[in-house]
Amino acid sequence: MNATGLVSQLAEILVAVAAAPLLMGWVGQCRAWLSNRSGAGLLQPYRMLRKLFQKDAVIAHNASTLFRFVPYLQFATMALAAAIIPSLSTDMPFTRAADAIALVGLFALARVFISLAAMDIGTSFGTLGARREMLVGFLAEPALLMVFFTASLISASTSLPTIVDTLAHRELAIYPSLAFAAIAFLMVLLAENARIPIDNPSTHLELTMIHEAMVLEYSARHLALIEWSAALKLFNYACIGIALFLPWGIIPDSDPVGLLRAVVVLALKLGAFGFGLALIETLSAKMRIFRAPEFLGTAFMLAVLGMLVRLLLGS
Amino acid sequence: MTGSAPLLEGAAVIALWWVAIGLAGLVRARSILFVGRVLFPLGAVGGIALAAVALSAILQAPQSLVLPLGLPDLPFHLRIDSLSAFFLLLLGAAGAGISVFAAGYFRSGEGTAPGLLCLQYHVFLASMAMVLLADDAYLFMVAWETMALSSYFLVTTQHRIPEIRRAGFIYLLVAHVGALGILLCFGVLHGGSWDFTFDAMRAAQLDPRWATAAFGLALFGFGAKAGIVPLHVWLPEAHPAAPSPVSALMSGVMLKTAIYGVLRVTFDLLHTQHWWWGGAVIALGLFSALFGVVFAAAQTDMKRLLAYSSIENIGIVFLGIGLTIQFQAFGMKTLAALTLAATLYHCLNHAFFKALLFLATGSVLHATRERSLGKLGGLIHRMPWVAWLALVGTLAIAGLPPLNGFVSEWLLLQSFLFTPELPHAFINMLVPIGAAALALTAALSAYVMVKFYGVIFLGRPRETDLSHAHDCGRLERLGLLWLAVGCVLLGLLPVPMLALLDRVNALMLGATLGEQAQSWWFLAPVSAQRATYNPAVFLLGILVAFVLTYWGVRRLYHGRVRRADPWDCGYPLQTSRMQDTAEGFGQPIRQIFEPFFRMKRELPSPFDLAPRYRVEIEDHVWHWLYLPVAWAVEGTSRLIGRLQQGRIAVYLLYSFITLIGLLVLVL
Repeated sequence: MNATGLVSQLAEILVAVAAAPLLMGWVGQCRAWLSNRSGAGLLQPYRMLRKLFQKDAVIAHNASTLFRFVPYLQFATMALAAAIIPSLSTDMPFTRAADAIALVGLFALARVFISLAAMDIGTSFGTLGARREMLVGFLAEPALLMVFFTASLISASTSLPTIVDTLAHRELAIYPSLAFAAIAFLMVLLAENARIPIDNPSTHLELTMIHEAMVLEYSARHLALIEWSAALKLFNYACIGIALFLPWGIIPDSDPVGLLRAVVVLALKLGAFGFGLALIETLSAKMRIFRAPEFLGTAFMLAVLGMLVRLLLGS
Repeated sequence: MTGSAPLLEGAAVIALWWVAIGLAGLVRARSILFVGRVLFPLGAVGGIALAAVALSAILQAPQSLVLPLGLPDLPFHLRIDSLSAFFLLLLGAAGAGISVFAAGYFRSGEGTAPGLLCLQYHVFLASMAMVLLADDAYLFMVAWETMALSSYFLVTTQHRIPEIRRAGFIYLLVAHVGALGILLCFGVLHGGSWDFTFDAMRAAQLDPRWATAAFGLALFGFGAKAGIVPLHVWLPEAHPAAPSPVSALMSGVMLKTAIYGVLRVTFDLLHTQHWWWGGAVIALGLFSALFGVVFAAAQTDMKRLLAYSSIENIGIVFLGIGLTIQFQAFGMKTLAALTLAATLYHCLNHAFFKALLFLATGSVLHATRERSLGKLGGLIHRMPWVAWLALVGTLAIAGLPPLNGFVSEWLLLQSFLFTPELPHAFINMLVPIGAAALALTAALSAYVMVKFYGVIFLGRPRETDLSHAHDCGRLERLGLLWLAVGCVLLGLLPVPMLALLDRVNALMLGATLGEQAQSWWFLAPVSAQRATYNPAVFLLGILVAFVLTYWGVRRLYHGRVRRADPWDCGYPLQTSRMQDTAEGFGQPIRQIFEPFFRMKRELPSPFDLAPRYRVEIEDHVWHWLYLPVAWAVEGTSRLIGRLQQGRIAVYLLYSFITLIGLLVLVL
């Protein structure tokens, strides 16, 4: 490990943690514009977090310790995930401790814990949300893994910086395998981040909710941490997508000027991503929950297809 | 005894020690205090000693002994090498934890007398050790059958219950059919020399067709013991029937003796492996894994759920064996070493986390007298020790980093990623499908384990009796703690473990992982560019981030908490019955994987005065395979039974006809 690597590592985590609510705000703002509303502004998520942090937490009588530590763990896992995904630079010492498979494992860890926390109080909505979250997860997780596998077959490595380096230095040609993987990844991203068409992040009290049903019992700082980590999760997924499919602009070292430039490039890419996400959400309708397995099954099949194309045709 | 083989003698002495403890149990057979507080802890000491002996034996050259005992002119041969030492380590280490737990677990008045139970239990342990130490077919079969019989008696501890007797019968039946397969396999392996020592079998040169026959018979025989689909039917019957420490021992350790058998025959006694053997084993393993996990998701009995999860894990192990065979057949030694190490690692992991979870269900069973998930809930408040230790097992079995289940899964996925280098296009096509199925299985097992843990330990109690539930005793806690710590350590220290496993690789495959595996800090099989994983740093990262978050929130804001009733969208009339039941939690899986199940559903109509919902899930295999075979056997015996007329004149006629027939044949 070298000191310069540490700089880019820290920069990466800080940028992710600080900018994740901003990305949420941007997506919300775009959605508002697209539906002819004026919107609450880019900083709305920060105001929301501040309000929640200041409130007193209300916890059910029968909540166990598990329930209380899960929000912190959620935030910690998502911040750690940001340390694994190369979004600014590929000079990241921590990625030696965890590769792409471990990253998928980290997301799974967060999912299992939040589902367990949702079951802890023993309300009807909580268990329902936990079950649905696991339902989405068990199909989305292998699909994500297959997307990573397609990329790692090209670069002969599961280490994310190596994948990004290889993909960034290839000649500008479209790999059919990566195209399949990209579509699959987009579907996984929508499902995993509770976006339309699988779930609706801006709804409440709807019988088809997933993420909201799980976190109903949380309030104040706990809820703030969960909302923040949800924003971080979206940020992380967006960064994975950028790292795999649009890796140009990610620098190979920790040069401070280069890092600043990388931040600007990342901001532009994320801005485009946020607009695209808002567009998808505006144009599509939410699915019935029973259709979710079909949607995710398609994503899984596409990801496997991508790997097959890579293996059989070498392209 | 001849020669000097201190480690082997040590291991054999421990087996004798276990038998002696078992016999001592008969001295005061009714005294639960003597058996529980004295004998079982002594058995645990034997387990730890065995683990220590095995640990040093892994690092040393094979040792062998010829015992003066045995059949006339057929002395028993013993041998300890890295492979058997590895499995002895598994037996000793997991067995020690289970024995400590058992010391506090068994109560009087549960079927078999405690002293007798102690004998059966320790003979079971000793016979497993002998299976691993045996170096000739006779001793192997004797030990194998002793293992089957002693575990049969343990399964039927509560023999007054008819279902348990039935479960025991099915277990014994499958065990014997499997034993026949193993016996025939040895019959092929000696290669015409009629010498049944393993040394002679190693030296025998087999025709490829005969080698394939031997491999197929071994796969059948050991597969029946391991519970590979379609020979798995005894597993979900026998495991729930047995007392929990016995379930833990059977699932955690006994299934692994079958894995040992497959590895011993495939990589030691046979010389060449064909790639399509590997393909067949991969297919079997994948199907078993998926089948097991899907069925586990639909279960409502906590021990049956774990039993199906064992089928899944055995499937994963077979998948690893299949890949190893393929790599070995194509001469890719390093990759074969990687895969075999992953397979063995998974065996060890499964022994720890599955034993831990079975023991936890035992504690729950004792505290609540309830095995059905639908009547449990909220036990984390009543049984904090069991609940938190079971959480470790739950996370480990769900394959989550940084615990042990993830390490073996990671290694296996890595070996899948290497497979594209195989020179066979057809196999190459199967690779992504195999990897995808493995990933799907792993994700599904997380689903299953959330159901398992959430329904038992979290939420609100579904029955009012549960308020009397109490936490487990001190010895039980110690046993659970031992296994939980094992799960954590195996998760955090994969590098020293891989160094041990590399000795087995060297012996079995004649290849090692090489230099790269020797880096003591990062797990980097084959090359550091390719993939690295460091669970300790990973855990440290999570902990640091956790503490910083906690500290930051408390520091910048406050830690005020107010307790209130649950919110649940403001709905005022909540009862604990509104939580998901086990059936409810499994419903999506039942719907998605409908073709796997044979379901009988009884749905109420809106006009029912007393609505009743019932769903019964059965295995297709019963109806497609076992029942037809049973009918065929019954039909044939009825036909043969017609010969039996019960009159002497008819029998004399038979003899006469036979004589005539023979004369015709001779002339």
